[in-house]
Amino acid sequence: MMKSDPMTDTLPPQAEVAPPPAAKPDHPMRETMKIFLRNKSAAGGLILLLAILFATVFGPSMYGVDPLEMVWVPLSPPGDGTPLGTDYIGRDILAGVLVGGRVTLIVGAVSAIMTIVIGILVGAFAGFFGGRTDVALMKFTEFFQVLPSLLLAMVLVTIFAPSLFTIILAIGIVGWAQVARLTRAEFMRIGNLEYVKAARAAGAGNAYLMFRVILPGSLPPIIVASALVTGSSILFEAGLSFLGLGDPNQLTWGLIIGQNQNYLLDAWWTVTCPGVAIFLTVLAISLIGDGINDALNPRARKRA
Amino acid sequence: MSGTDILRVNALKVHFDVGRAPGGGRKIVHAVDGVDFTVRRGSSFGIVGESGSGKSTIAQAIMRLVPITDGSVYLQEHQISGLEGQSLRDVRGKFQMVFQDPFSSLNPRKKARAAIREPLDLLDIGEARGRDGVAEDMLTAVGLHREAGRLFPHQFSGGQRQRLCIARALASRPELIVCDEPVSALDVAIQAQILNLLRQLQADMGLSYVFISHDLAVVQYICDDVAVMYLGEFVETAPAKSLFASAKHPYTWSLMSAALSPENERGTLAKRPLLGGEPPSPTAPPPGCRFAARCPFATDRCRAEKPALRGFGGGHKVACHYAGELEPPLPELKAA
Repeated sequence: MMKSDPMTDTLPPQAEVAPPPAAKPDHPMRETMKIFLRNKSAAGGLILLLAILFATVFGPSMYGVDPLEMVWVPLSPPGDGTPLGTDYIGRDILAGVLVGGRVTLIVGAVSAIMTIVIGILVGAFAGFFGGRTDVALMKFTEFFQVLPSLLLAMVLVTIFAPSLFTIILAIGIVGWAQVARLTRAEFMRIGNLEYVKAARAAGAGNAYLMFRVILPGSLPPIIVASALVTGSSILFEAGLSFLGLGDPNQLTWGLIIGQNQNYLLDAWWTVTCPGVAIFLTVLAISLIGDGINDALNPRARKRA
Repeated sequence: MSGTDILRVNALKVHFDVGRAPGGGRKIVHAVDGVDFTVRRGSSFGIVGESGSGKSTIAQAIMRLVPITDGSVYLQEHQISGLEGQSLRDVRGKFQMVFQDPFSSLNPRKKARAAIREPLDLLDIGEARGRDGVAEDMLTAVGLHREAGRLFPHQFSGGQRQRLCIARALASRPELIVCDEPVSALDVAIQAQILNLLRQLQADMGLSYVFISHDLAVVQYICDDVAVMYLGEFVETAPAKSLFASAKHPYTWSLMSAALSPENERGTLAKRPLLGGEPPSPTAPPPGCRFAARCPFATDRCRAEKPALRGFGGGHKVACHYAGELEPPLPELKAA
């Protein structure tokens, strides 16, 4: 656990002491990055995600096929005229997957950010102040936790008419409860540590304690949860689109699957290709989340 | 308040509401139940007692880390028990704290230098540019290398970490440092170093300490005045010399006999008035003397009537009806 180099412990307090070990510690961010990249699955996840981002950003213009245009015989298999086949009205699946990724990823990212911000704020106030604030906020959180989330999202989207904005809102509203509970638990644990008291004794106010002292310490599990939330937001969006509650004007992976669901048995490529895209994206994000967790946790750092 | 006093604590009470009591009402823990003391400038005031006696709560109440139920705390002319928000922050630099556990009292994400300059940043003391230099001066003052500021807490040993905590407490140039069991988490060899460091810093900087410990030897080594605490109250306070030479409260005797080195034969050891049992619950303290239930000398009067602190000359005060009449049960404890 401890450095073997005893800087003072064998010397009287007045003694001039030896300099610390020569190895200069890296900038913490760079060190974290190094550990992250040394982790093979995390690096793999990062490469995969970058590849997916590249494909969705530059793919459509490089491929140059309009995803909404009927270009070939409907339901023709991959390789037979188009690389990944065509859907039930003859649109190119590859073009659809490339363009659909844009909206899917944007919806996933924005709604995940919303989920995390709401969750952290609610959890931070509940965990930091405790008492009545905690009781009130947690009852409120439980209310969202006990509602079946997909159903709630469906209701919200139907009430407000499907659009990108309402879908993001709906996913954000149904997902934050878990993040709030996690944040609250971490705030309660870290809030009782002596270094938080020490910071208060050193003159820290509530806002500083919450967001500069306790929050950084609570981040590792929150970051991992955030990765999972991003993954599940993408899945949520796909689920809503599959059920026909997506924004009909926006092509997403979920929408492609939903539109072709009747041809699942005759033309597997119509649903499998966007399905694999969703799977790979969620997998990449989860791997990255795990990798960040390992890199941020100073104790796991020692084992590495 | 005389000019030589740095800290004056009057009738300090800290009660914690811990929920509903069975049969209505609230369950209140009387952690600190009316203590008075003053700390002279440049001296060390020790508070000893067993776990749960409320000594750490006193420390946290002085530091304003727990709400004060009643009573007042004066640091020089500032009534720190009445300050809030910015006005409290304005005087925070004058009184700082060293915590018990050097492992949990340092933020694992902050490098040593950042940890030491944190009070300066928060209290806006001195030029922002000069603060790293101040932090490095503090590192040398506590016997660490200037360059150690670049390291994270987990790269230090326990004793070094406690030095860091002391450096952090010193950074704002406080006049009073509250030490809450600063050596009890350390190896005995390291304890001596840290105690020597604290004494040296006191001599160099004219610091005053409130020193909390359960270890009589530590208190005897470092303190000028000592209070013995039992269940939220002081049972005996005296100058250290007087206390260790002629303790008068049965509870103090029991603490001392527990601390005596086992150089006597087993026969004498067995006869020592080591305490059995647990202290009564602080949620419902007994009406009479709080120590009566465990005291070998207790009478009916002790159980019914609460003894007040009585003076025995030279600043020696004891809260026992029979103080001065009882004979210490061990020859080692008899007055010289």
